[in-house]
Amino acid sequence: MLSVRDLHAEIDGKEILRGINLDVKAGEVHAIMGPNGSGKSTLSMVLAGNPAYTVTSGEVTFRGKDLLAMTPDVRSHEGLFLGFQYPVEIPGVSMVNFMRAAVNAKRKYFGEPPMGASEFLKLMRQKRAVVELDNKLASRSVNEGFSGGEKKRNEIFQMAVLEPKLSILDETDSGLDVDALRIVAEGVNKMRTPENAAIVITHYQRLLDYIRPDVIHVLYKGRIVYTGGPELALEIEKNGYDWIKAEVDAKDSIKGEA
Amino acid sequence: MGAIDQYLDLWRDHGALLESKSPSVLNALRGAAAESLKVNPLPGPKDENYRHTDLEKILAPDFGVNLARVPIDVNPSESFRCDVPQLTTSLFLVINDSFAETDASRDRLPEGVDVMSLAAYARQNPEFIERHYGALADMKNPIVALNTLLCQDGVVIRVHAGVKVESTVQLVNIFHNGAPLLSARRILIVMEEDSDAKVLVCDHTQTPDVDFCALQVVEIFAGRGSRLDFYDLEESTLKTSRLNTLYLRQEEDSHVLLDSMTLFNGVTRNEFYTRFAGPHASLRMLGLGIEDSERRLDTYSRISHDVPDCNADELFKYVVDDSAMGAFAGLIYVAEGAVRTEAYQSNRNLVGSSEARMHSKPQLEIYNDDVKCSHGTAIGQLDEMQLFYMMTRGIPEAEARLILKQAFMSDVIDGISLQPLRDRLKLMVERRFAGEKSACASCPLPCP
Repeated sequence: MLSVRDLHAEIDGKEILRGINLDVKAGEVHAIMGPNGSGKSTLSMVLAGNPAYTVTSGEVTFRGKDLLAMTPDVRSHEGLFLGFQYPVEIPGVSMVNFMRAAVNAKRKYFGEPPMGASEFLKLMRQKRAVVELDNKLASRSVNEGFSGGEKKRNEIFQMAVLEPKLSILDETDSGLDVDALRIVAEGVNKMRTPENAAIVITHYQRLLDYIRPDVIHVLYKGRIVYTGGPELALEIEKNGYDWIKAEVDAKDSIKGEA
Repeated sequence: MGAIDQYLDLWRDHGALLESKSPSVLNALRGAAAESLKVNPLPGPKDENYRHTDLEKILAPDFGVNLARVPIDVNPSESFRCDVPQLTTSLFLVINDSFAETDASRDRLPEGVDVMSLAAYARQNPEFIERHYGALADMKNPIVALNTLLCQDGVVIRVHAGVKVESTVQLVNIFHNGAPLLSARRILIVMEEDSDAKVLVCDHTQTPDVDFCALQVVEIFAGRGSRLDFYDLEESTLKTSRLNTLYLRQEEDSHVLLDSMTLFNGVTRNEFYTRFAGPHASLRMLGLGIEDSERRLDTYSRISHDVPDCNADELFKYVVDDSAMGAFAGLIYVAEGAVRTEAYQSNRNLVGSSEARMHSKPQLEIYNDDVKCSHGTAIGQLDEMQLFYMMTRGIPEAEARLILKQAFMSDVIDGISLQPLRDRLKLMVERRFAGEKSACASCPLPCP
């Protein structure tokens, strides 16, 4: 599904990703963990196509196509979804109009006519139920005046509507209380199929109690330095990142001396 | 020779003809207007309040002026058609600078509302016009003086005491001519005590290849306890210049909404001078300007609080693209005795290209301590993160930009009290941003 090869990326001339290699297959859930500033969010932004970041080298293949050659909207149509760590507020644009534009843009991309009004409302109703999102939010501006939990649920709601092949959830758990976390995680789990995949970026083990990953990666200093099974998350929860940092830093210093 | 001299010459050589075709009440002020033009030079780019509009250049071309009131062969109902009849309006047309009454319009107006040709009303009711015509407009203002020198017709809207007009009075100014034309027209609105009305003025140019200059003066008297919504919508052409000056005087407990919208234009200078003359009055001022290509829009507003306990709230928003220019200068003046004044002013702008220019100058002048006032301005670009967020949901960049520009204008549009008009405008602004051409055919306002 997704193949990342030696990906380097920078922002404002500062290199953040320094050779990422990652393979995600259909049906898998990968978790990416790592200390602050290791490049987790940058990776999600680069995969989604944020123009603020520059890819300096490397390749990304998504479902057989060159992902980096696509604009963010085309990446979305092709099945990539990014759940934002900080969902963006758009005053003056109602949730309904926003979603209608998104749904119809996708249909247009695939040569289909715009969705009829009643069909669209039915779709909204159905998908809202997935994350127990209040109907009253539909008439509000996108994310404006939403609580932290509502914003994150709104991300999962959008994901449910767009039915992506690969979802990248960037710290969807941050700022959520236990109930909200459960609702968000259940929403994600409901959408799990053998045909799609997810990358869950998180700081803590907590979310992984609800969304069981198949593979866990640790990102540090712009590289994936450790890959393991679900037990890796438990080890990090218990011992923190220091032992990983120490190992990597030791290797770096040896390289530096050589 | 300055641009103004050709009009003074015209007056000297053809003043008799002009006066013979005009009511005496209008003629009575022409001498003073000529004197003012001779004494006061046209303000130039060095004058603080005219830095962004070159009056000399606007008035320099040899425009025709229809002094002899030659009828122009336009059938209003043939030439002006719109296709979305939703809003109930009573429609009146001013073609170039002559009032043209439509058949259907008068029936809908209730007793106690006069909407008429200024010239005709001046003949019928000279004392009334004498009392109001030129009573607010400042003859030292060159646009006012030139308008007064040349004006032969326009519109009077008089709402008698206690009368509430349900339907919107819609006034459509149409430019239609084969050769360059300057029209000096006048709008006089008198809201008597406890009256209530909504007025919508639309400016259209039907012959897009011809140069036009609209020289318009609006005087509004808002009597005690009256309510007025005044919407002014310009949809003209790149070859149209518009010099518009509005004066408003508000008596005690009057409530006025002034909404100035520029969707399509060439060069526009809109001036607003408002004065609170009685306490407990309120003014809401809204403005939106969408400028692209080479268009220029310059707004100047002066809100005068001369008495206590009045409230003014001003919001102007511009979107400036290509090599267009926008300017906003707003002064809120609070006099010594005007205690417990509340006055807010905000100007926010989106600039979409490196060649586009926006100039903004918010000003407060306050001469007492017991006030609540604020002013602010912001000039920026579309938020990159909002754009990116929308694109990650599959919305193509061009469409995302369109939606964000539309959203930027939403609070100005939401300030429109009339739901049907608000909906129409939303649509018009959307179409405007989508790049649809200016044409009456694209105007969704209901006209016959």
